[in-house]
Amino acid sequence: MMIPASTKYDVPGADDAAIQADIVATLSRDAAVVAQALDHLANLAGQPLAELDAVRREAIAREFRATGSGAAATLVRVVLQCYYRDDRVVRSLGLELRPPFPRGYALEQGDWSLLDPVKARPSMWRRAP
Amino acid sequence: MNDPVDVLIIGAGASGAAVAWSLAETRMHILCMEQGGWANPAEYPSTGRDWEARFYGDYSPSPNIRARPEDYPINDDNSPIKVVNFNGVGGSTIMYTAHFPRLHPSDFRVKTLDGVADDWPIGYDTLAPFFAENDRMMGVSGLAGDPAFPPTEPPMPPLPLGRSGALLGKAMNRLGWHWWPSDTTVATTDYEGRARCINLGHCTPGCAQGAKASTDITYWPVALRAGIELRTHCRVREIATNEHGMASGAVYYDKDGVEQFQPAEVVIIACNGVGTPRLLLNSVSGRFPDGLANSSGLVGRNLMFHPYAQVYGYVEEPTDSNRAPPTCLWSKEFYETDRSRDFVRGYAIQFGRGVGPVMEAVMSEAMGILPWGADHHRVFRKLNGHRLTASAICEDLPEAHNRVTLDPVLKDSHGIPAPRVDYTIGENSAKMLEHGIARGKEILAAAGATDICVNSPIPYGGWHLLGTARMGTDPERSVVNEWGRSHDVKNLFIVDGSVFVTSGGVNPTSTIQAIALYIADQMKQRLANLFDWGRSCPRKILFQAANAAIWPLSPP
Repeated sequence: MMIPASTKYDVPGADDAAIQADIVATLSRDAAVVAQALDHLANLAGQPLAELDAVRREAIAREFRATGSGAAATLVRVVLQCYYRDDRVVRSLGLELRPPFPRGYALEQGDWSLLDPVKARPSMWRRAP
Repeated sequence: MNDPVDVLIIGAGASGAAVAWSLAETRMHILCMEQGGWANPAEYPSTGRDWEARFYGDYSPSPNIRARPEDYPINDDNSPIKVVNFNGVGGSTIMYTAHFPRLHPSDFRVKTLDGVADDWPIGYDTLAPFFAENDRMMGVSGLAGDPAFPPTEPPMPPLPLGRSGALLGKAMNRLGWHWWPSDTTVATTDYEGRARCINLGHCTPGCAQGAKASTDITYWPVALRAGIELRTHCRVREIATNEHGMASGAVYYDKDGVEQFQPAEVVIIACNGVGTPRLLLNSVSGRFPDGLANSSGLVGRNLMFHPYAQVYGYVEEPTDSNRAPPTCLWSKEFYETDRSRDFVRGYAIQFGRGVGPVMEAVMSEAMGILPWGADHHRVFRKLNGHRLTASAICEDLPEAHNRVTLDPVLKDSHGIPAPRVDYTIGENSAKMLEHGIARGKEILAAAGATDICVNSPIPYGGWHLLGTARMGTDPERSVVNEWGRSHDVKNLFIVDGSVFVTSGGVNPTSTIQAIALYIADQMKQRLANLFDWGRSCPRKILFQAANAAIWPLSPP
């Protein structure tokens, strides 16, 4: 519902078993708040979410996001941080499957002549007594 | 009881490290106590695949979220801006962006120039040599010749413009507005044992490469070699005083949680604009019932953050995203007072290159521009790697009701009362934020950006903690004098951002460290009469000073 699988982009959904396992394994300090969010979601749905029709599910989801405050934001953040580090997703984005260190990245110098008009400006800082 | 030391420094962050290094040449017995430990760069987030997620956990800038054993909680419920910091050797320089502007000359004369707040008792020219010394010690990269600032000589060339800088520079040129590559403490060449930047991108929560200057890798190694003692995992509860009303040392909890007393001839506090008032307010005695150094009632008052108005948008071209230091350019176009505006003073604009995929997803979803459902993937690919940011960092004027007090309930893991922050954004700052938002939108539009979003004030943007033990010549209107010594307790000094009289509109670390070096220099020059007692200055200190042959002193 939140992030569905896509054949076009060749990515799993956030309900993928490996991503769900990552979420559960790394909840740690967020576990209590996420539990609150899930309780809130369950209260809104009144029954298992999966048993609702698509229209109703979407309505519940919108209400959950609008009324769930910090707990809902935490649940969403936990899902997103696990989803967007999954190898299949990272690869689909055209990014390398590695941490920044130790290889780092290349940063082009850019066109320093862009600064010429600024260099030509007169001094503009305010003198103080 | 521990053996007495000549000088006890509390806090090993930006200012504590600088003052320790500067005082080392006196050959005094100098001890620094730090509540945290040494950071291990091999454990910094950028070394692992979960590098972004840790920003929301053990490397969160918020001590309340991070909640490490060395962190103390802060009740900032009554503030729209939450306090962020880092506790450990290096302090918040471990977790800063390394954006390194200086306060402007006009920032020290706001009363004279604009009729608001107060002038500082010192000026830019006084600090200029210490700014330069600090630039050399921290290792600053930048470009000389900025027309918006007095001449400087950064020891390293600036960071590359990159794609993001070029896009932003073109936009600023279209508008005819000032911009310049930021001074930064990211090493662009190999420098004093530090390796040059390799663009890990995730600079803020610690630089695994060691290219970003934090005082654990700049000042501290030199200070330790010069004989300074640094004792980690020691949390100071209070500063004790003797029958003469002088500081006698500090009560602290050691790494095993055992209460100890450390006697000292001189105490220097370097605990930041929240930690310092907390410590002073916790140092209550019969002689100082309202907290130490607080006869003015100003300890904890006049807290200044820099409210940030962050504006960002998305361009069609790819930006540098997370593959470069976030520090990029600054603009001082709106820095100085303009009487045609409806506020006084001004703000700098700090430009950002972009963020990584997790942060992009989390922020965009929260902002409502990244949908759930089938369209999620298409929209995310349009946003990710295409962000440009312009943030107005607004000068916050001092207001007495913005303050740090002790929370009546909340305590840290040692049972020490925690700080409580009560803060509201003033009318002048609010107008400045609105002005900054409007200009930010114009800049991003000129860059061709769409889907422009505003985050104002940045909630977890309380990086800069200033003003809560202000300096001044009048003991009734300030906590420390013009060279950092407490008006009330003549062997007590404060060297951190607490002493700021006004905030300026730029990141303060460079100025904090310059002030720490200046105060250390003043102490060295005045050592023969440090406490106004002439020959009563501790005999041992004078003897060592004379032996060090750095002052023309006569033994007492």
